[in-house]
Amino acid sequence: MTERTVAVNYVARVEGEGALRVRIEQQRVREVELRIFEPPRFFEAFLRGRAYTEAPDITARICGICPVAYQMSAAHALERIAGIEVSGTVRALRRLLYAGEWIESHALHIYLLHLPDFLGFPDAVHLAERHPEIVKQGLELKRAGNQVMETLGGRAIHPINVRIGGFYRCPTSEEMRTLRSPLERALAQAEATARFVATLTFPQVQEDYQFVALRHPEEYPMNQGRVVSSSGLDLPVERFEEAFQEQQVPWSNALQSRSKEGGTYLVGPLARFALNRDRLTPRAAELAKELKVPSPVLNPFQAILVRALEVVVACEEALRIVRDYREPSEPFVPAPTPFPGGVGQAATEAPRGLLYHRYEVGQDGLIREAKIVPPTAQNQARIEEDVRHLVERSVEAEDAQLQDACERAIRNHDPCISCATHFLRLDLQRN
Amino acid sequence: MPALGPNPRLAVFKFASCDGCQLTLLDCEDELLTLTRRVEIADFREASSQVIEGPYDLTLVEGSVTTEEDRHRVQEIRAESRFLVTIGACATSGGIQALRNFADVEEFSRVVYASPQYIRTLATSTPIRDHVSVDLELRGCPISKHQLLETISAVLTRRTPDLPTDSVCIECKRRGNVCVLVARGATCLGPVTQAGCGAICPAFHRGCYGCFGPQGTPNVPPLTHRLHELGASRGELLRVFRTFNAAAPAFRQASESEERAKT
Repeated sequence: MTERTVAVNYVARVEGEGALRVRIEQQRVREVELRIFEPPRFFEAFLRGRAYTEAPDITARICGICPVAYQMSAAHALERIAGIEVSGTVRALRRLLYAGEWIESHALHIYLLHLPDFLGFPDAVHLAERHPEIVKQGLELKRAGNQVMETLGGRAIHPINVRIGGFYRCPTSEEMRTLRSPLERALAQAEATARFVATLTFPQVQEDYQFVALRHPEEYPMNQGRVVSSSGLDLPVERFEEAFQEQQVPWSNALQSRSKEGGTYLVGPLARFALNRDRLTPRAAELAKELKVPSPVLNPFQAILVRALEVVVACEEALRIVRDYREPSEPFVPAPTPFPGGVGQAATEAPRGLLYHRYEVGQDGLIREAKIVPPTAQNQARIEEDVRHLVERSVEAEDAQLQDACERAIRNHDPCISCATHFLRLDLQRN
Repeated sequence: MPALGPNPRLAVFKFASCDGCQLTLLDCEDELLTLTRRVEIADFREASSQVIEGPYDLTLVEGSVTTEEDRHRVQEIRAESRFLVTIGACATSGGIQALRNFADVEEFSRVVYASPQYIRTLATSTPIRDHVSVDLELRGCPISKHQLLETISAVLTRRTPDLPTDSVCIECKRRGNVCVLVARGATCLGPVTQAGCGAICPAFHRGCYGCFGPQGTPNVPPLTHRLHELGASRGELLRVFRTFNAAAPAFRQASESEERAKT
């Protein structure tokens, strides 16, 4: 018997704690388990009995890397219940805040977490010893995203300025002007980043993904849109749970999502790009053409390139909003009193993909039930498939090489384990 | 303060948390490459695949203890650390996940998971200092970048870091904010919350929600009295004290007192 287990006991350069266990028997992959051992924190349970106004601040704490995504999905879902719609400048400011988070989160992943894999370094610090100019560019780009969040949200991690209906205070025109030159510089750096990552050597892999993302009539999706898929699904967000369901697997503290037909699917940059290429901003669209980016991108290693294009989108959008800004008369749309209560759903595009929230709120304004489906929970089963295919292709490889390759396959999707626990160690068993 | 060698080793470990406080280190965009010339990053899984075995000169610990395994892991980390600093509300007070301390964790598990029998967790979320000795604590949800850099440079130069324990009110006045409690009647925990954030919330016209936890000598009852006069309900005050630092003693007492008065 040649049973072999390959284990990655702690997947590095991802957000949160997870491991991977792969069991190989007679040179065939028997099991792939992405284990999220990040301890459960029970957000959906303790949201019960909280005031609906608290949900943006509380759910932000699910993830320090994408707090704005949680604030946005929560605010939109609860605004549906309140029967209010945020439009005009306040809506544009929300897109600006989200663009800031995309820039910060994508720059972090591209430069500090993902690039070291392609250039053969254990981390960005070692990369910086050889190529300081690369890492400095990444840090500067990341800082521009953080500046947007600080100006508009008060701070970069867990911003304090988001409320149901809009913001506590809108930035002054002077505060917004301070963002112009860093964002102009960031746009140039984002374009340089896309051109640079396009020159990397990508392992030749093609996966057959079912992509799921939001699609908006005019915009590259962030805050709003219909839920669409590469297999033709097209639903309003309130019907999300008709098409997708979460299931629990014994090896993970994160719930896994599948389509109702039982299939795995992928959310995130590859999915957004595949389903919204015609919604790219002008310079991002030109760059995608110049760099001959395929449509769709089915090589998960090229996610780094799509992320770079999305940073261009975010910088262009942020600049547009900053240039057009005139301080609105009211920073938020007030909720009606008495509060109507009811059920509300929303999905927005977190940097890692579609983030769905549903709340049931009583007429007393207290949350009765909350359901949160984060991007990594949706991608977990599909990442396991990527790993399975990789191990099948390279089953002859030495354990150490295989472990390294598995970690890279996981990192392609920028999983956020803190989010999904409501993830990684590699444990490879060979038989 | 212990003497450090020429290439001090820095380690960053995570317990139950959102990763935001360790991200604060990566958010030091202007200082990160200077810092990494002064210290060797020995173990920082979120940022590096390279792991160097302990002992470590400076260890940053994020998150709270919520599993049996983590109770043991924190002991091992302490044994390998010369100077151990806990970072953030989870590590210093148990964090938002300490809301389980006021509830039935098995019921929480049933709400989130279809098969709660697979979920292994403790009934409480507790700060790191409840398990091991801690050399320094950095408050906040998240911590302040400025306080983190101040602490690292103080440890490297063997001096005591400047970490004020007075209230957000002091910072608020220094920032020149108009008092949101007085001028807007906002429910503001600034008078009883430890400084360090820079009084961000009042600068954005909202009340402080206490994410840095209770200040050194908090006098909570007069504040809750005034907030009630301004129309805050018992339920609202119970919830505001019972959020990101719910298990910090002064905030716990305040929420329990509102709870008793409510029933």
